[in-house]
Parts: sequence; C-alpha cells; structure tokens
Amino acid sequence: MKITRFLNKRSSLGIPYFLFMLCFVVAPLVIIVFFAFTDGNGHLTFDNFLRFVSNPKDLNTFVYSMVLSMITTLICLVVGYPIAYILSDSRLCKSQVMVILFIMPMMVNVLVRTLATVALFGWLHLPLGEGALIFGMVYNFLPFMIYPIYNVLNKLDKSYIEAAQDLGANPVQVFLKVVLPLSKEGIISGVMMVYMPTISTFAISELLTLNNIKLFGTTIQENINNGMWNYGAMLAVVMLVIIMVLNMFDKSPEEGGSEMGGLV
Amino acid sequence: MEKHIIDIRNVSKSFGEHKVLKNINLYVKKGEFVTILGPSGCGKSTLLRCIAGFEQATEGDILIDGKDISDVPPHDRPVNTVFQRYALFPHLNVYDNVAFALKIAKVGKDEIRKRVSKVLKIVGMTDYEDRDVLSLSGGQQQRVAIARAIINRPQVLLLDEPLAALDLKMRKDMQMEIKEMHKTLGMTFVYVTHDQEEALTLSDTVVVMNEGEIQQIGTPTDIYNEPANAFVADFIGESNILDGIMLEDKRVHFLGKDFDCVDEGFEKSEKVDVVLRPEDIYILYAPNLAGQFEGTVTSCIFKGVHYEMWIVTDDKCELMIQDYNAFEVGSRVALIIKASDLHVMKKERLTNTFDAVMVDSNHVEFLDTKWECLPQEGISGGEEVKVHIPFDKVDLMDTVEDGAIEGEVRFILFKGDHYHLRVRTTSGNKDSIYADTKYVYDDRDLVGIKILPQDIEIER
Repeated sequence: MKITRFLNKRSSLGIPYFLFMLCFVVAPLVIIVFFAFTDGNGHLTFDNFLRFVSNPKDLNTFVYSMVLSMITTLICLVVGYPIAYILSDSRLCKSQVMVILFIMPMMVNVLVRTLATVALFGWLHLPLGEGALIFGMVYNFLPFMIYPIYNVLNKLDKSYIEAAQDLGANPVQVFLKVVLPLSKEGIISGVMMVYMPTISTFAISELLTLNNIKLFGTTIQENINNGMWNYGAMLAVVMLVIIMVLNMFDKSPEEGGSEMGGLV
Repeated sequence: MEKHIIDIRNVSKSFGEHKVLKNINLYVKKGEFVTILGPSGCGKSTLLRCIAGFEQATEGDILIDGKDISDVPPHDRPVNTVFQRYALFPHLNVYDNVAFALKIAKVGKDEIRKRVSKVLKIVGMTDYEDRDVLSLSGGQQQRVAIARAIINRPQVLLLDEPLAALDLKMRKDMQMEIKEMHKTLGMTFVYVTHDQEEALTLSDTVVVMNEGEIQQIGTPTDIYNEPANAFVADFIGESNILDGIMLEDKRVHFLGKDFDCVDEGFEKSEKVDVVLRPEDIYILYAPNLAGQFEGTVTSCIFKGVHYEMWIVTDDKCELMIQDYNAFEVGSRVALIIKASDLHVMKKERLTNTFDAVMVDSNHVEFLDTKWECLPQEGISGGEEVKVHIPFDKVDLMDTVEDGAIEGEVRFILFKGDHYHLRVRTTSGNKDSIYADTKYVYDDRDLVGIKILPQDIEIER
C-alpha cells in the first residue's frame, strides 16, 4: 500500500500543479531562453543580443515603447488615484455599485474594448495615431491602477487619519503626510499592473494607429511571425528582464504585501 | 468660581434613528482627572469623539476654555487624543511619530529634538527613538502614543480606553504611571474606560454612563459608597441589590426582616432598592445570638485575598459575601449588617408606564403594537391614555414567536431571588420594557414579550 500512502501525503497534493507549471511556465521560458542564445543551427551565440543593441530601429522602438508606457502609467496614476480615493471614502461613495462600475471594464476583452475605441474615434471624427494610442492604453489599463490603490485606501485604518487631524494636520497635510505614504503599496502595485502589460502590448497599437506606430511588442511579434525565432526570442528575453527588474520593486517590506495592495 | 476647561451643554448625538447620547451635561475643571465609565456601547467613546471633533454633536454645545468649538475642525482644537489602538503611524519611526505635531506646526529642528527627548523621557522611552513602531510591544506603543499626544502641550488630553489592549500586570503599572504623569504635567485628563476598578483608581471625578445618559457624577468614594441607582451599584464593584420597603426614616424592611439604616427622606412604605456590598456583611457560624438573620452556604470559592461565598437565606434569597475566612458549603451561618453599611436607593421606576392610544374598547396601542386589554368603559377609540404594567406581569418567552413583540435583553440585575431585566424592543422606536423573572437570561438574548389583557392597567 505504498502508493496510497504516497498519494495521501500532503506534499503530493501539489504534484498536478507542479506538472502544470513545468509544462506551461518553465518549459516555454527555457525554450525562449534557449532560442535567444542560439543561432539557427542550435549553436550557442550572443549574436542575437549584439544584433539588437546595434540595430537603431529596434532600439528606438524599445525606448519609444518604454516612454509611451511611462506616460500611460503616469496618466493612469494621476487619473486613477483620485478615483480610488473617492471610491474608498464612504462619505463620498455610498454604494458598492460605483466600485463595480469602475472595475467592470476589466471583465470585457481587451480587443473588444479597443475596437470599440476605434469606432468611437471614427464616430467623433478624431484622428487615430499617438494620441488615440495613449487614450486607448489609459482606458484599457486604468482599472488596473484604480483597483490596487482602492484596496489599500479601503483597508486604511481611519484612526491614522484621525490621529493626524488630532495632531494638527489640516486636510492637505493629512493627505500628504499620512494617506499618501500609507498607500504607497497600492501605488506600486498599480504602476506595475499598468506598466508591465503596456510595454508588451501590440494589438492596441496596431488597431489605434492603423499600424503606423510600432511598439516593442509588435517588433517581437513581427520577428516571430517572419520565422526569426532566435532574434524574436532575444527581444522577448530583454523585455522579460525589464519586467523582472521592475517586479522586484513590488516587494513590500513587511509580509502581507499582496494583501495590502495586490490585485490577485 | 473654579474654571471649567470643558463645558458640555445639552449635547445629544444620533446616528440615523439611533440616539447614542441623550442630553449630556458635564463640566470638567482645569487640571482635573475625569473618567467617563460605562459598559461598551454606552456612548462614552462617542462623547470623547465629540470633544476631539471627530463627531459632530447633533444638538447642544461643547465649550473648551470658554469658547464654543462646535464648528472648529479637529486639527484646530486645543486637545489631543490617545487612541484605543494607539494609531501610531506605521510608516514613521518612534521619533517621527512623536515629532509629528511639532513638524506640522513648523517648529524649529533643535526645538523639536529637545522636546521629543523630553517627552520620551517622561514616558520612559528614551532609547527607542529610531525604532520601528510596529516592532514595539503593546505597552511601549502605548507610551509612544502618550508621548505623541502630550508633546504639543494640549490643554486637555483625551484618552480612549488606552489600557484596554494590555495584560493585567502591564495595565496596573501603566495606571500608576498615567496618574503620575497627570500630576507632573498638570494637564486636564479625560479618560474613557469600561473598567470600573481603573476608573476608581485613577480619577478625581468619575462620570458613570449607560445607554447614552449620565447616571452619576461623583468622586470615586461617592460612586462606590453612595451609588445613585441600581445600575451604578451593579456596575461599580460587586453588590447585592435587593427589593426593600422603607418603613420610616432610618428603618428599612428587606429579606423579611426590619433593619436599621442611616438613610432618610423617603416616603412612608416607599419601595426602594437596598445595596449591600459583599464585604460589608458579617458572617459567623450559626447559631449566634448576634446574628440578625441566618442562611446556608451554597458555594465557597477562594479568590486570592478573600473567599467569595453564596448564601441562601431562609426566605430563598441569594446573597454574595466576601470574607477572609472560609465557611464550608452546607454549613449554617448567622449574618449581620451594620446600619452604616447598607445603602438605600430610590427606585427609578416602580412599574412600566407607556403613552398609549386606545384602538377600540378592548385594544390599546403602545410599543408600536396593538395589545388586547380588558374592555374599557367610557374610553373611546383614538383617545390618548397611559398604560401601566407591573414588572412581574411582563412574560418573556424563549421562543420569540410566542410573544406579541420581539425584544433584546440589555441589562440584567440579580435581585437576590429574581432577575430584573431591561428588554429593548427591536422594532419601531426601540423603547424598553422592564421585566422581573425567575429565569436566567444572558445579555443580548432575544425573547418574545407577552402581556396578558388583565395585566394591562389603563389610566386616562
């Protein structure tokens, strides 16, 4: 009866998940990294990376994508924070329905929303291009900024605010000295949730600029579509490294960070 | 005339329909240590929050140092608060927490440093300046919270159950320290607690509150020795509260016997409450000629300093007695009560009285419900009347549906041979009805309330 005892062991319960992770997360990553550092014949090489850094066109696209993502993230933060603040304040927002209304767009497919944006711009006779792209990205990713900030503000112990008032802080000082620093976790989470997907986006840029503006995601997709597997893989690795580096900022100092601000 | 630093005038506060504070009148003298004492939900914290400015009184005025501060926002009030769960800013260390008020007030850096180290010394936390507040123990956080609140030299320090989260030993130590600090600082302290022992230990003046109303204001000894009503007697310390009848001045009848007392000024044959502190009853083995009455010991528990015993008297009344000597369970004992040790209180009410409206000749409406009553001659429908229901005619049903209306048990008073309960109806205006019962109920039990038609007395 060795087999039943093995299956009953607590750690054995993790086996299916482990296998899933192995097949669908680890293996693809290994394959991407393998392709990135080999040439077409399977020989180890750094040529793909050197080709990227010596290719001004692709480097430009990369920098442009980063900047565009930053602009999008910044706009999302500036627009999203006040919304999150209002939603979390029970005096200003009495109904949970408001929260759901703001979060709802997340439940609709990105492509559907983007195609709707294209139609909207057409109907309003607005030109598609960079402005439309930024609008589309902000529109698509704003809920990802609002939700983590809302979560943190909602759980913020109101007695901190009262303590600050009690110690002489006026409403502006209360916000700057207490609310803002204590919602840092949510801001970091929100920035990650917006910045990371915007770097790798390609469908939105294709649809909202009529393929006139190329983002880094598009470059990767084009290379892979055109059979340049090794170079495309290297570009993907570059992006993964950037995302991983950014992700390291998302570690909260105390445990329970994901409870503080995470979306998931 | 002594200076009133805080003057609370006719303050009421409602949250929606629910009245939390009912016409509170209270003043605090400069430099005084005042404790607001009451069970949870009695409105004591709300009153403190009204003084601090976190809540607006629905009616009435609050004056601090002679100025009406009803419209002054909390950050401009000359008071500081020590919060129940400390509310230390988790993103700042001890030093920055304590310095918060001074930085807001744009005090110079050197001055801040000097004053922070001074208050940290007062609370005994000198070496903790750079520590993360979350790494501190409860007692240490408490000290930092006090330091943070006193650094701006407020005229009044408000303390909202500051010791509730500490363990017993720690609490005792902090009580002494807070009393010491009050002396050193010379500030006015307003302290909220549900712990009667803490209130008696710390304060110059105790304000006892219940259900949003002040029950009694007095010195700790007054409150303990001369409780104003059954609630205060029951809430402060242990007591036996019994029904009695005042025979004449200095003569009261209870436990089936007549006793000498020191209380005067009651009507002849007036029904009263008699308070006996368990440590004030003398207990001897029976038979003893000195004994005024006898009883049998039913339980005897060692409590450290004394033994706590329950005695059943010959007319089936239970009394709690504390004595340094143990009397075995089952033994016959003789009991003595000195005249000066028994305290007679006026009864707040002798019967339930409600304003009512006649519906028809044998139905009357009160407590938002239509009740059947005996046919009334000469009172027509729609007429306003008063109804009286004796406490012992209010039947409480364990199954809520068996009663005409639902109620929640809110206050239980053991009267020796029965329980006196306040039951708050759960519908309409949430008025209360009082009931005497032999059965044991717990606080917040839901019961059905039933009153027989013949027990409803109607008065025009």
